[in-house]
Amino acid sequence: MSETGLPAVRAPSLEMRGVTKRYPGVLANDGIDFEVKPGEIHALLGENGAGKSTLMNILYGLAEPDEGEILMDGHPVTIHSPADAIARGISMVHQHFMLVPVLSVAENILLGDEPMANPVFLDRRAAHARIRELGTNFGFDIDPDAKVGSLSVGWQQRVEILKALYRNASILVLDEPTAVLTPQETREIFAVLRQLSSELGTSIVFISHKLYEVLDIADRITVIRRGKVVGERIPAETNEDDLAQLMVGREVQLTANRGESKPTDVMLVADGVRVADDRGREVVHGVTFEVRAGEIFGIAGVAGNGQDELVETITGLRKTTAGRVTLNGRDITAATPRDLHEQGVGFVPADRHRFGLVLTFPITDNIVLTDYHAEPYSRGLVRNDDAIRARAQECVTEFDVRTPSITVNAGTLSGGNQQKVVVARELDRELKLLVLDQPTRGLDVGSIEFIHGRMIESRNAGTAVLLISAELDEVLELSDRIGVMYRGELVAVVDARGADKEDIGLLMATGGRISPEATRVMSAELEQVS
Amino acid sequence: MTTKNPAPRSRPTLIRRNLQLAIVPAAAVVGGFLVGGVIILISSLANGALDFGLPFNAYGSLFQGAFGSLRGILFTIVSATPLILGGMAVGLGFKAGLFNIGAQGQFLMGALGAAAVGAYVAGAPAIVAIPAAILAGALFGASWGFIPGALKAWTGAHEVVTTIMLNFIAGALIGYLITGPLEAPGFSFSRTGALGNAELPTLFGTSIHLGVFIAFFLVPVVWWILWRSTLGFEIRTVGANPDAARYAGMHPALITILTMSLCGLLAGLAGAGQILGISHFMNASYGTSIGFDSISVALLGRAHPVGIMLAALLFGALRAGSGLMQIQAGIPVEIIDVIQAMVLLFLAADVMLRRFLRVRGPSIEPDELATVSKTYGSGTI
Amino acid sequence: MDVVYSIPVIGVIFQFIGYVIDVTPGIAPIVVGLAAPIALGSLCGIMNERSGIVNIGIEGMMLSGAFAGFLAAGLFQQAFGGEGWGPLGITPALLVGVLAAVATAMVLSALHAWLSITVAADQIISGVIINVAALGLTGYLNRLLISPNPRLGAGTFSSFRLPGEVSDFPVVGWLLEMFVEQGPIAMSVILLVVMLQILLFRSRWGLRTRAVGEHPRAADTVGINVIRLRYRNVIVGGIFAGLAGAYLTLEGTGSFQNNMTAGRGFIALAAVIFGRWTPIGAWGAALLFAFSGAFGQAVRIRPPGEAYPDLGTIMSAIPSQVYGALPYIVTIVILAGVVGRSLAPAAVGRPYQKEGKTA
Repeated sequence: MSETGLPAVRAPSLEMRGVTKRYPGVLANDGIDFEVKPGEIHALLGENGAGKSTLMNILYGLAEPDEGEILMDGHPVTIHSPADAIARGISMVHQHFMLVPVLSVAENILLGDEPMANPVFLDRRAAHARIRELGTNFGFDIDPDAKVGSLSVGWQQRVEILKALYRNASILVLDEPTAVLTPQETREIFAVLRQLSSELGTSIVFISHKLYEVLDIADRITVIRRGKVVGERIPAETNEDDLAQLMVGREVQLTANRGESKPTDVMLVADGVRVADDRGREVVHGVTFEVRAGEIFGIAGVAGNGQDELVETITGLRKTTAGRVTLNGRDITAATPRDLHEQGVGFVPADRHRFGLVLTFPITDNIVLTDYHAEPYSRGLVRNDDAIRARAQECVTEFDVRTPSITVNAGTLSGGNQQKVVVARELDRELKLLVLDQPTRGLDVGSIEFIHGRMIESRNAGTAVLLISAELDEVLELSDRIGVMYRGELVAVVDARGADKEDIGLLMATGGRISPEATRVMSAELEQVS
Repeated sequence: MTTKNPAPRSRPTLIRRNLQLAIVPAAAVVGGFLVGGVIILISSLANGALDFGLPFNAYGSLFQGAFGSLRGILFTIVSATPLILGGMAVGLGFKAGLFNIGAQGQFLMGALGAAAVGAYVAGAPAIVAIPAAILAGALFGASWGFIPGALKAWTGAHEVVTTIMLNFIAGALIGYLITGPLEAPGFSFSRTGALGNAELPTLFGTSIHLGVFIAFFLVPVVWWILWRSTLGFEIRTVGANPDAARYAGMHPALITILTMSLCGLLAGLAGAGQILGISHFMNASYGTSIGFDSISVALLGRAHPVGIMLAALLFGALRAGSGLMQIQAGIPVEIIDVIQAMVLLFLAADVMLRRFLRVRGPSIEPDELATVSKTYGSGTI
Repeated sequence: MDVVYSIPVIGVIFQFIGYVIDVTPGIAPIVVGLAAPIALGSLCGIMNERSGIVNIGIEGMMLSGAFAGFLAAGLFQQAFGGEGWGPLGITPALLVGVLAAVATAMVLSALHAWLSITVAADQIISGVIINVAALGLTGYLNRLLISPNPRLGAGTFSSFRLPGEVSDFPVVGWLLEMFVEQGPIAMSVILLVVMLQILLFRSRWGLRTRAVGEHPRAADTVGINVIRLRYRNVIVGGIFAGLAGAYLTLEGTGSFQNNMTAGRGFIALAAVIFGRWTPIGAWGAALLFAFSGAFGQAVRIRPPGEAYPDLGTIMSAIPSQVYGALPYIVTIVILAGVVGRSLAPAAVGRPYQKEGKTA
């Protein structure tokens, strides 16, 4: 028995040998060898699209490998479905949580492995007791009856980990678990992971593309690039530059060279803006800020703190319930997306599949998506195909979109190239204001560098840039000034020079006030440290 | 990999692409007839023994009825006319992500409008009476499309259920109006009045009436609107991704209402054509299956105006020939519905059919149809 | 009451309420009977939609069930005969008919499951195909098999009759009369509704079904076989559509007419939405729709007389077709009123494909 009151698990050694997986046009895994020793924390490091998730999906039975085998304790095993994986003690916390929002915490945890009162009905009491016990042992004081959809992302992640504990997992795979967390929440999760590995003997596979995190948590690091293992390292014997070069295959500048900003006139002003979400609840409570021409104003915040609604309001997709927004002195509070477009506002939305692109349309149509009605792309009601094609060709060349032709559907492009289509459409014109919401989520390093470079160019050309990102690193790297959103309020605005990551993280997590919830979180953290 | 000079798609590949497009529908039609043949064969058991000649007999007389004489061919074209318009009424909806099951009700309302206004202007010169009656049909149909469009845009009520309810309501409304306010005196049964000058002229005394020309003329018009006009781009964008449409400055709610109204207008024109060109009056129990056949036509025609025209001609031929089939081979005309359903079944099993036929290449715009049911659970647009 | 009734305008509303209260006991058993096929259809809809499948084909499944049930019962009766048994008039032929109806609807459900799940075709289109096929095949076979044989038929189940003393009991007697003075299928509806309600929210099957309808991938990652569960639910759902069809021919009219479902399958879909995807809610909605249908009959049989002077004048001015169309109008009004605020299972209408289609 360990301090957690849970029985130690006996993790088998795990080995994946020569794993190859082909998708149409992509070799996702190319003869990968990967080994996890019992009880170690093993990081799988690679860029977006390098094949990390594919490899782990194969381990978890979500994808079938074309070649290769999986061995546990030296014996080959076949894993055709998640059920097989679970039966072998493997659990996985996915990047996009696999939780059913309308079900309760308890229902989510026991789903698939339900305690039964009799052959038909569930034994709710037994389930709740076990979940409470697990929760208390790890310092998560969680209500089993709470609806998962009403929990913050940090708590949803704890539910995911409880799911694995509930199943007595001996091998736990976490796919980019920190992408949505604050630095403080990340530390808490790391503490739990260390506890699992050292006290219970759980093996942990930690997928990430963040170098410093990997160096912090892992016992061993395997780096993969374009579907191949390119190196294995021990944290003590490597550093960020070495890992970055392995991961990308060339020297990378770890921070964008953003240079000096020369802010001039105030361009965008939000004054006491209040916004309601789709269900009519107010989620932005009187936000006030300004963005000057020639500066990048970054908004940091944990996802779901009202940033999405604020951006949708500024870009005309959502109505304000109170407050005023002005652009260059003109009131744009009630402006439509088209008004804003015509006044020189560019907008790169967070979800390019939902807002930014029509995936079933060719690149040509997507390039003129916001301009299709204007000269020269149409005359009156009639579309001008020649002008549309010429424009698309120009953008594809200028923004280095890799595509066989401008008539292929946007859906067939890679994520990076899709985003370049959106960026080309929104940036390649006279702009007063540029709004970018999570502009590099899920992209490879090359595309990220390209888009960051373009953003800085825009700023230097005198555009006011508003950047929203849940990736605190991205905000810190690019912004000239930083605002922090917490529960629908802008709790602080700081100058990026000398801004401290920890301070901003704490603002993101608590809003700068010590709320009852925050004290609970912190005391839980203290307990684990002691 | 970046191409410098994208040549406009060359002609041979365009033809090949279109042929590829047609393989699956063509195979579906063949499959439908095969299954229909088997059903006819089994039905022959009703007369005692399996009669292997019966399917050939039946299809032979079906073909003879549809294409065996000039009269048959003209009848096929006339039968296809309302299906072309109705098919486009459903197909246009598909493009906007809407499943217009209400073509039936819109057709009936169009027929009612044309019959009522036609009888009212019967005495006016033809140059006034005909356009007035046609316009009335179009507007009545459009209004019956506007209602579900507005309900979807404003309240989120899914058009599949509302249009079906409106079909029943249209039937009840017609029953009331024709036995009540619109009933013409002096007939042995309840019906609308004589059309007089509002009757559509016909070509050299054949059954080909003005409505036939209108329907075939509207095929390229609808195609042009969809692929060459900004309105069509808006309709297709709303259908493919309403969120992106909003982002692009379009108004999905308005486009939805407008598209449903246009769908209603097309179906209404179909109804007007049938009344003004063929039956010349409407009775209280006016029955038709054209609205429902239109759905089959739109699906078989892949929601493309030209495809719809071809599918309408096929189903028109079935309708035109089925009478002779019933007389000569004793097969109830309802077999046509069975064949239609089987054609749709093969069409829906597209993926399986491709695998079976080993057709390769891109699956042709599958998303354009598959978006319809995704919206079923969501509220407002 | 007369004082209230004589208030201008508002008085008419009170008269209407008074009249509704007045006629309700009389039409209540009719309402429960009319609600039966709608409620059964909506149970089929719930089985489908809770597991993430839209089923527009309930109408066609019902119609096929009605036809197959009638045909099988009639042929059995012709071949073997048989006597009615017990107060519900259960004959072997009728039982065979019910089984045939259920089996037919299950076959169509299996087709729908295959198209929606395996082929991943558009689910609404799949439903439409089932409706077109059902209409065509039943029409064709009706002409071929039933029309030439006008004596075909096996009658109907009988309604249960309560002893006079019980039904005279105030309120309780009336309620019992409403739910118990029915044939076997309508009587079983309330049991099926309650059973499904409990299973959906208390059993393992229910939990898994709800998970699969909301977030199939999450269910998949905890080892639930999404495809198999969806198949099973869609096919089992067919039982309810088949019973609804059997009700129409074997408990209702005792004969088959083309397209005799007359949109009940679609009204059932609206009932699912109005009932917020719960069996009890959908059953309540079905009762409401049925009431609007029975109301027309009530007005014909017992028009508002002297007691409701203004109402009588207004109602006699309303043409009978309006009452006929009332269920359809009520369906639209309710759908427009509630849909924006009710939440469907999140995965409804989306085919599930395993991960790995995109790299």
